[in-house]
Amino acid sequence: MIIRGTHRVIVQGITGKQGTFWSERMMAYGTKIVGGVNPKKAGTEHIGVPVFASAVDAMKGLPEGFDVSILFIPPMGAKAAALDAIEAGAKAVVILTEHIPVQDVMYVMAAANERGVRIIGPNTAGGVTPGECFTGFMPAFNDKIFRPGNVGVISRSGSLGTLMCLNVVQAGFGISAFIGIGGDPIIGTTTRDALEALDAFDKTDAVVMVGEIGGAMEEHAAEYAATMNKPMAAFIAGGAAPAGKKMGHAGAIVMGNKGTYQSKADALAAAGVAILDTPMDVGPVLKERMG
Amino acid sequence: MNFEEHAGKPLLKAAGIPVPDGGTAITAETAADIAGKLIGASGGKVVVKAQVPTGKRGKAGGIKLAGSADEAREVAAAILGMTIAEHVVGKVLVERATPFTREFYAAVINDPETKGPKILFSTLGGMDVEEAAEQDAGAMRTLSVDIRKGPEKGAVRAMLDGAGLDGLEDQVVEVLMKLYEAYRANDAELMEINPLAVLEAGGLMALDCKFTMDDSALPRHEDLAMTGTPDRLTGLEAKGKELDLKYIELDGDVGVLANGAGLTMTTMDVVRHHGGTPANFLEIGGEAYTKGTDALRLVLENPKVKSLVINFCGAFARTDVMTQGILNAWDELKPTLPTFWSVHGTGDVEAVAMLKERLGVEPLPDMSAACKAAVDAAKGGAK
Repeated sequence: MIIRGTHRVIVQGITGKQGTFWSERMMAYGTKIVGGVNPKKAGTEHIGVPVFASAVDAMKGLPEGFDVSILFIPPMGAKAAALDAIEAGAKAVVILTEHIPVQDVMYVMAAANERGVRIIGPNTAGGVTPGECFTGFMPAFNDKIFRPGNVGVISRSGSLGTLMCLNVVQAGFGISAFIGIGGDPIIGTTTRDALEALDAFDKTDAVVMVGEIGGAMEEHAAEYAATMNKPMAAFIAGGAAPAGKKMGHAGAIVMGNKGTYQSKADALAAAGVAILDTPMDVGPVLKERMG
Repeated sequence: MNFEEHAGKPLLKAAGIPVPDGGTAITAETAADIAGKLIGASGGKVVVKAQVPTGKRGKAGGIKLAGSADEAREVAAAILGMTIAEHVVGKVLVERATPFTREFYAAVINDPETKGPKILFSTLGGMDVEEAAEQDAGAMRTLSVDIRKGPEKGAVRAMLDGAGLDGLEDQVVEVLMKLYEAYRANDAELMEINPLAVLEAGGLMALDCKFTMDDSALPRHEDLAMTGTPDRLTGLEAKGKELDLKYIELDGDVGVLANGAGLTMTTMDVVRHHGGTPANFLEIGGEAYTKGTDALRLVLENPKVKSLVINFCGAFARTDVMTQGILNAWDELKPTLPTFWSVHGTGDVEAVAMLKERLGVEPLPDMSAACKAAVDAAKGGAK
């Protein structure tokens, strides 16, 4: 799902240093943050919003509840916090945390799936809907990067996604939504899920996907891309990476022939997606494809 | 983190899966002692197995039978010190050899497709199970598990229907349930038994174990982690690890310093796109973004590096903080190699001002230009 300026958002871990810093920025940009969670500071107010003991309490205590929770929670506490948000009835939970044990993530996914809750992340820098709101730690204010427009961008990596948006904007376009899906091997919103969301988003006329070596998400996304009418371009990072080495993101590892650059590029090209040799090539390709 | 057979088997045993009696040795003499005790107790033979974190040990000659303590000493002496897939054997496992009639394959893995655990079973166990599975996809039985509830016995039993187990179904179900327990208790990414042997004397026994722990779970398994096999690192990679920086040494001559895994990989790709070869992977994103000083030191310590591209695109990581870190190291190290910057995103205005003031340098307009300049410089061309 694409998080909009109309969504009511809470921040779990709002009173921490990063939680405070980024919540203030999100609010200033337009994200409708209506509350926060910290069990030790329940009943107080922090940066102008009420703090609750749990997401469940926040859902009950806030006059109109909330739609989305963003987690600024350390790895070993993330499972409990996410389960709390799911239990509360959140529509979506954005998990920014890196290094959550994978079995904890799978536990959260199973619970979310049962309740129909959308998980975004873990290990994502968040997302930006330019001109409306952002979630996580994104440089949304920088209008050289997140100028509003009609190109949707998907990326596992926050820094690389930011770079792609910069290149799109430098080419004279703007961004309708940036969805950071996260770098972990198991994530709630896959490349394909994000692609479907942008395909359904009326502000988006074209999609740029930033993939990475490892896993099979780009191949799955290609199946959906083949059915899309909106033009699409893709850059896949890691073509120069040696096999078998983890390149920072736990998800970015090539085992044998699986998850290789070539397998992804071939699948996407066969689906009619323009493959970019470098992120800088996005401008000319968009100009050509969007007429 | 990978665990060798001798470190994985005790976890199976703890879950109630039978494994052979035995012990580990780092000298041929100790191997002979263990073999003597095992053979003295009940006759038969022992098997001496190289302990290295790789498959195909048998084919490489790293697994040998011995009928006496003297013979065990001989084969252990031959195996210790041999190289298998770039790993030098420093340890052997000496176990009672157990006659068997069939070999199965059993494993539990984290499955990104279903976002949950998956149990795998095949009657085609033994050395080439991966190849066997590729040839006959139907040979591998699978079962997805709801991690909140664990596997149901009935479902595990149903997964084995028609597998040709000849009355061994209940025993196999028992082992798979226990294997799942071991997987769950130890935060495994992979908990594998290959082969799971059907013994001549009856019953099933795990004759090998492959266990990979999820690195993110290491903090809650500190004691167990001590028995794992650390990644083999070069000197600089080890130093990077100490500094809590992800550094991977590569073969090229263009040093790469960027923030975020995706951006760092892309910087390497673009270096290659312009005909150069990256000398390293090094990212200082996430919480490591304050470590610019350490990072620059690390890149410069690689003697192969002829030029450097520094590529920052700030989201969470502030480019001004990262640039400040690099500049602090710059004052101290006074590097002379040609360096090319590309700086965008959070904090870029401050970062660019700092670069002008302290180094008299302007970043290039984009990362492609910076990578190209670094490639040209490494080749000895014009800056």
